[in-house]
Amino acid sequence: MIQDLLAPAVLIGIASSGIRLATPYLYATIGETFGQLSGVLNLGVEGIMLMGAYSGFYVTFKTGNPVLGLLAAIVVGGLMGLGMAIISVTFQAEQGISGIGVYLFGLGMSDLLFQKSLGTVETVSGFQPVEIPFLSQIPVLGQIFFRHNLLVYAAFLLVPVAWFVINKTTWGLKIQAVGQNPAAADALGVSVSAVRYATVTLGGVLSGIAGASLSIGLLNVFQQNLTSGMGFIAVALVYFGGWSPVGVLLGSLLFSLVNALQNWVQVLGIPIPSDFAVMMPYVLTILALVFAVRKVTQPAALTKPFERGEG
Amino acid sequence: MRKTYLVLATLLLAGMLLAACGGAATPAPAEEAKPFRVAVVMPSAINDLAFSQSMYDALSAIQAEKGEENFQFAYSDGLFVVDDAAAAIRDYASQGYDLVIAHGSQYGSSLVEIAPDFPETSFAWGTTVDTFADQGVTNVFAYEARSEQGGYVNGVMAAKLSESGIIGVVGPIETGDAKLYVEGFKAGVAATDPQAEVRVNWIGSFSDVALASEAAQTHINAGADVLTGTAQMVTGAIGVAKERGVLWFGTQSDQTSLSPEIVVANQVYHWEVVLNQMIDLIESGTLGGQAFAIDLANGGEVITYNPDFDLPAEVRSLAEDTVKGIADGSITITLP
Repeated sequence: MIQDLLAPAVLIGIASSGIRLATPYLYATIGETFGQLSGVLNLGVEGIMLMGAYSGFYVTFKTGNPVLGLLAAIVVGGLMGLGMAIISVTFQAEQGISGIGVYLFGLGMSDLLFQKSLGTVETVSGFQPVEIPFLSQIPVLGQIFFRHNLLVYAAFLLVPVAWFVINKTTWGLKIQAVGQNPAAADALGVSVSAVRYATVTLGGVLSGIAGASLSIGLLNVFQQNLTSGMGFIAVALVYFGGWSPVGVLLGSLLFSLVNALQNWVQVLGIPIPSDFAVMMPYVLTILALVFAVRKVTQPAALTKPFERGEG
Repeated sequence: MRKTYLVLATLLLAGMLLAACGGAATPAPAEEAKPFRVAVVMPSAINDLAFSQSMYDALSAIQAEKGEENFQFAYSDGLFVVDDAAAAIRDYASQGYDLVIAHGSQYGSSLVEIAPDFPETSFAWGTTVDTFADQGVTNVFAYEARSEQGGYVNGVMAAKLSESGIIGVVGPIETGDAKLYVEGFKAGVAATDPQAEVRVNWIGSFSDVALASEAAQTHINAGADVLTGTAQMVTGAIGVAKERGVLWFGTQSDQTSLSPEIVVANQVYHWEVVLNQMIDLIESGTLGGQAFAIDLANGGEVITYNPDFDLPAEVRSLAEDTVKGIADGSITITLP
């Protein structure tokens, strides 16, 4: 039984399934990484994902064009991110509480709009898997990596792009400066508010895409509370990943691969109680967090609003 | 000032008592003018194509039959947080509804505390067989779905239609009517094609659509060509079945509309069968203490066939014979 798990087809299946499951987490965690690096904790990711998932689905349902759906998710996600920035940067509200507010708004609003506009669960034809010519024909690797939909490829391409932006561009250095020591950054002429507005709005855009990657990418349905807690796991994965795009990639992949593994464990009939199997991704992620993760300190100004002339 | 209130209160009380006496003396017109009022609290949305929708559809059917002037209902849906549901149950009870339904087995521990506070109100909860009679509660009805029966029928058809001999099941948590459905389904497959293999994946959640979808992908990658599943998160699995072109059997509500290409048949719950029995009992003064079940025999469970799916006549008649056999007792389902 256990040795069935080592059959090539099963290993390929686990890897390919893990990559699909990691996609929404990648968008959401990278977006949240930008915000947190600049000092803003946005706990509303889940709510923004729900609104992105709904708006992407609705526009695709009405127009039949998933690209327009994706644009809608980007706009709605960006607006919600902007809202969070207004609350946390301009009004300096307590970030944990206002993030929960954004979550509850997204949860309720997406459900209300869904009930009023669609009324029942529908399906759409979203982004279809695209086999990349030549690459998808490579044995094993082709099956694992190159037979997904466009949003999956884009999520993985986002990792090196985010790494480059954060570590190799002036804007990235400004983000880090604002998150570590906003007073010093301000003294050097960096606008703390402008940087934080930009990162939190970008986080909203990416959370919106994360939701759309579910509703018009992987699932092609929308229903109440579609994300069921993924946004909160994403926030946890940002801590897990030590505020680095590569770190959140590893965290997202670990969590998703173990989830894919437990799916196969059950399907192959390996006699492990299902309750234990579904616990595995969470337990392993916590264990990895406790024992394996090197000491990374969080951005010094995380959750602290900046007021010129103070501290 | 206080005296005025006292007088007013006494007058009102007296008025109420007199009105009550008057009602008793001439029962017919007063009773008819007052509609029977039901309130229901549900864990997911009324349009979830599954558990909650089955109750909403049943109440709508009763209202259509009895007329809006005789039967009214209110609902709160999406109450997956049990505390919120408990507050809603208490609110409805204090508003004087004739019957308050807690539609979810997770609400039981709250209900057993609330029901004794409202001895004049009748409560119902499911799916369960426990009316709390052993704890001295007298105003709670219990209802359940013998979902293994429709599961068995679906299993018989699935075994006939599967070419690979591998059938996948996407379940939520191994409990309640989901557990019964899956066990009945397995029994139906085993009785029809002992060689066929049923693989069950419990995803550990009633709401995680993404994981349900990935569980379906995994089943298909492992060779399954027929899928089934239960609870409201299976919409994700149906989406995958449609995309990959494998067959689907539904339960709880009719899921054909979601994917007419690949849905073969559904077991649909008709709670109105047991709700009508409860309403009759309440109107004759019994507020609880009995457990009800919907099944194929009493019409509370109905197998619907997708008219757009080209089901071979032989399979269709086998399914119909199976329904008859279960209803008249000639087929018995042995659960593990």
